[in-house]
Amino acid sequence: MAGATTAGRAHASSRSFRHFTISASPGQLALALGIAAFLALFLVIPVGTVIYVAFTEKGTGEFTLVNFLDFARTDLFIRSFWNSVYVSAMSVVVASVFALPLAYITTRFEFRGAMLIQTLGFLPLIMPPFVGAVAMLLLFGRNGTVNLLLNDWFGFRIPFMEGLNGVIFVQAVHYFPFILINLSAALRNIDRAMEEAAQNLGSSGFRLFRRIVFPLAMPGYIAGASLVFVKVFDDLATPLLLNVKDMLAPQAYLRVTSIGIADPMGYVISVVLICMSILAMWISARAMRGKDYATVQRGGGGLSKRRMRPWESAVAYGAVLLILLLVLAPHIGLLLLSFATIWSFSPLPDAYTLSHYGRVFGESFVYVKNTLVYASIAGLIDVVLGTAIAYLVLRTKLIGREWLDWAATAALAIPGVVLGIGYLRTFYGVQLPDGTPLATLWITIVLALAIRRLPYALRACYAALQQISVSLEEAAENLGATKVRTVRRIVLPLMAGGILAGFVTSFATAAVELSATLMLVQSNADAPLAYGLYVFMQSAAGRGPGAALGVIAVLLVALCTFASHLIIEKSQQAKGAGR
Amino acid sequence: MLRHSAAAAALIGAALFTGAAFAQSGKVTVVTSFSKDVTDPFKQAFEKAHPGVTLDVQNRNTNAGVKFVEETKANNQVDVFWASAPDAFEVLKGKGLLQAYKPKAEGIPEKIGSYPINDPEGFYSGFAASGYGIMWNDRYAKANGLPEPKDWQDLAKPVYFDHVAMAAPSRSGTTHLTIETILQGEGWDKGWRILKEISGNFRQITERSFGVPEAVNSGQVGFGIVIDFFAFSSQASGFPVKFAYPTVTTIVPANVGVIANAPNKAGAEAFVDYLVSAEGQEVLLEPSIRRLPVNPAVYAKAPEGYPNPFTDPSLGARVKFDVNVSEKRTNVVDVLYDQTVTFQLDALKAATKAIHDAEAALAKKDNAEAGALVKEARDLVAAMPVTEEQAASPEIAGAFTGGKEKGARQAELEQQWAAFAKERYQQALAKAEQALKLAR
Repeated sequence: MAGATTAGRAHASSRSFRHFTISASPGQLALALGIAAFLALFLVIPVGTVIYVAFTEKGTGEFTLVNFLDFARTDLFIRSFWNSVYVSAMSVVVASVFALPLAYITTRFEFRGAMLIQTLGFLPLIMPPFVGAVAMLLLFGRNGTVNLLLNDWFGFRIPFMEGLNGVIFVQAVHYFPFILINLSAALRNIDRAMEEAAQNLGSSGFRLFRRIVFPLAMPGYIAGASLVFVKVFDDLATPLLLNVKDMLAPQAYLRVTSIGIADPMGYVISVVLICMSILAMWISARAMRGKDYATVQRGGGGLSKRRMRPWESAVAYGAVLLILLLVLAPHIGLLLLSFATIWSFSPLPDAYTLSHYGRVFGESFVYVKNTLVYASIAGLIDVVLGTAIAYLVLRTKLIGREWLDWAATAALAIPGVVLGIGYLRTFYGVQLPDGTPLATLWITIVLALAIRRLPYALRACYAALQQISVSLEEAAENLGATKVRTVRRIVLPLMAGGILAGFVTSFATAAVELSATLMLVQSNADAPLAYGLYVFMQSAAGRGPGAALGVIAVLLVALCTFASHLIIEKSQQAKGAGR
Repeated sequence: MLRHSAAAAALIGAALFTGAAFAQSGKVTVVTSFSKDVTDPFKQAFEKAHPGVTLDVQNRNTNAGVKFVEETKANNQVDVFWASAPDAFEVLKGKGLLQAYKPKAEGIPEKIGSYPINDPEGFYSGFAASGYGIMWNDRYAKANGLPEPKDWQDLAKPVYFDHVAMAAPSRSGTTHLTIETILQGEGWDKGWRILKEISGNFRQITERSFGVPEAVNSGQVGFGIVIDFFAFSSQASGFPVKFAYPTVTTIVPANVGVIANAPNKAGAEAFVDYLVSAEGQEVLLEPSIRRLPVNPAVYAKAPEGYPNPFTDPSLGARVKFDVNVSEKRTNVVDVLYDQTVTFQLDALKAATKAIHDAEAALAKKDNAEAGALVKEARDLVAAMPVTEEQAASPEIAGAFTGGKEKGARQAELEQQWAAFAKERYQQALAKAEQALKLAR
């Protein structure tokens, strides 16, 4: 912290100018209104049509808050609430333990395969629905590989996947890439001069990291950690797969999707989830207030990379391998499952076959194509909106600009089914000229994906912009550049790493999203991969082909991720060379 | 709502409208919860029998399917709803979303076991039958030295503690029917007692039907209460699993219904006709499907050992299943189970384990006082917050359907029932532990 404030003081003089150099121009106002309209149309209104039920009285339909009183009076909900808080907080802690070493080692040292590790470390985020869960249980479950072997050799089992601790373990493995990717982007953005100055003043080693490097990377860490917290708080798939039902998000889901029961509590819980998500984001914004993380000089590509001594490099490789092995276990399991004939109550499959790939190969092409199209468009929409919102919030004084941020973030808390139902309600009545309902077009799926993944891109863009000193823009404007030109020539290039990180996160997670998709898919020809997976995973014979499809999905997304890391790396090198 | 959306229509429609692919004639749109293994063979066979017609299968889970049809009724694009759970069809029928149609097929009896095959008012038709039973992983059972269960009550035995799984009845229409079958077959009080004794041995209560066979197939759980075709198709895929029908089981039809205002009504009816025709019924015998045809004549073509509910009296015929009784209390039974078992599973299991331990100790060394305590503990576990009459009463049932009249809210009742069960499980645990001390 101290390092950050010191760094901030270095150009504190520039801060006093901000008041008159930055105010809302008509263009900014129009941009804000446009984003507000988009969010209203595709988020607030559809969701509002579903969750208003939370505020109505049974029978009369009048406005009431009695349902919230019921929430507070029901032991199950209160227990669920605290369980969710506990699990989310612990997941952040465990995820940090996974992410910090990976991010630090790959950005601070000359480390062969750093890019590969960044890509591999990102994979856990791409956990295809259902198959990922099955693979995880086959490895870590009560009768999974690890426990069967432990029981054979030593006569005991480790309850990896039991109860709340199981949820924490799986969530930390699944979501730690949020911290990894944002923290790495932040570390790369730190000006080398800061570090060199500290070194000249005699700071080195862990002290240098603790006092200078980590504080400067704080925006990235907070961005990742708050995402992990909110995402775990709002995630329903993992607890349900582990049969943990006394958490908030699963309770909301179970109630919203019960047929024939008109129970407002599911929507009440949704409202609570939304409020908690916004609260968490507000607290994380609060924690950053009053500190300036921006650095002025944009020297070459981030921190200088140090060469490791042999023993250091042995420790580093050991740590990295261990972490990767743990977090990639689900994917290793998935790979085994896709080649397995039968895998049941045994440490490894009985035999191996290629036939599952044969079965999915022909028909999965259309899924692959759809997934790529949908996820890329959604990712693009997200980074455009994310950059714009981050810019409006951080660089303008528009009244109520934080609401854009909070509204977009609230999307994280809305269960996919609620969004899906909201879209059907809002857009199904709208007919195109030939009588086709608007909601049957595939663009609806894209919009739903974009809205659901917007918070990821937004956090990444936000953190990236926070690290750029406003004095660079002021300099450009003093030299006569217009606002638009400044944004295009100065701000965007400097944010590039963060924007790409945001795109990759949105793209990759949209590629395996199911819950909203399942509501909105209207025909097989328009279906994305996740839907194809779902269809396979409903039968015993479909497990192998489902796993094969899952592997294809993961490979696909991994390739795209790898490509974008290449781009980041290249652009950093180019900057470095131009110094 | 329409007004805001009109802007969106203009915006998006102009940019991305791709053509009139949806309005083609000759396309039958089916919303189904069945997996690809079931739908693909039917799609192929149906399209072969009706050249020029395409079957567009939209796969959704039952809940999502019902919600989808309900939300899109204003501009319905779906022709057929095709799923297992009869209660989903009851909901659709109740909301006026189905169109009555009587299939042309002949030779299909009124009932299978004691359950009517078709909706008496003709809104949906049964096309395949399935019964509930117990499926287990053979490797798991052998490794843990567990005997093969034959009946529901067997699963209540102490050896099965922490080895059994079932889907929550509120999440799985077919599990709901199993619960209801036990309640009707054994009576309300005894039925709940048995259910809670079995549930005390549960390892997990899953939120989707397929979660149970999946857990048994992978060996995470030893025994599962599942619908028969899950076990048969798992066997056909090579998993080391076995299956048994208990004596009290009901055979229930899986159904198909035409959606009201279907865009392709003729096509929808042709598909329903095809499903119950002799040709369509034979498709059910395929190894990846393995469901019981509703046309008795088709069993002649079945492989040997194929269960036949029309000739085997143990399949379903022993239970008198009253649909009217079941319908009145559907939601109440589901919520009762969720509040007293699903969400209290830890407390119930703790009490059950303590009772098992105390009884094991008593078997070695009898003690009258301890015996009485154990009996009290068992009664506490079995106690239910509402009687059979109350469960079917409009006051209580009305709390769950969002009725127009003001009354008890669902959340209030849930909290009462949960507190009732939790308190009694804790008392039962204390008594059983006391009994164990005395018996030592």
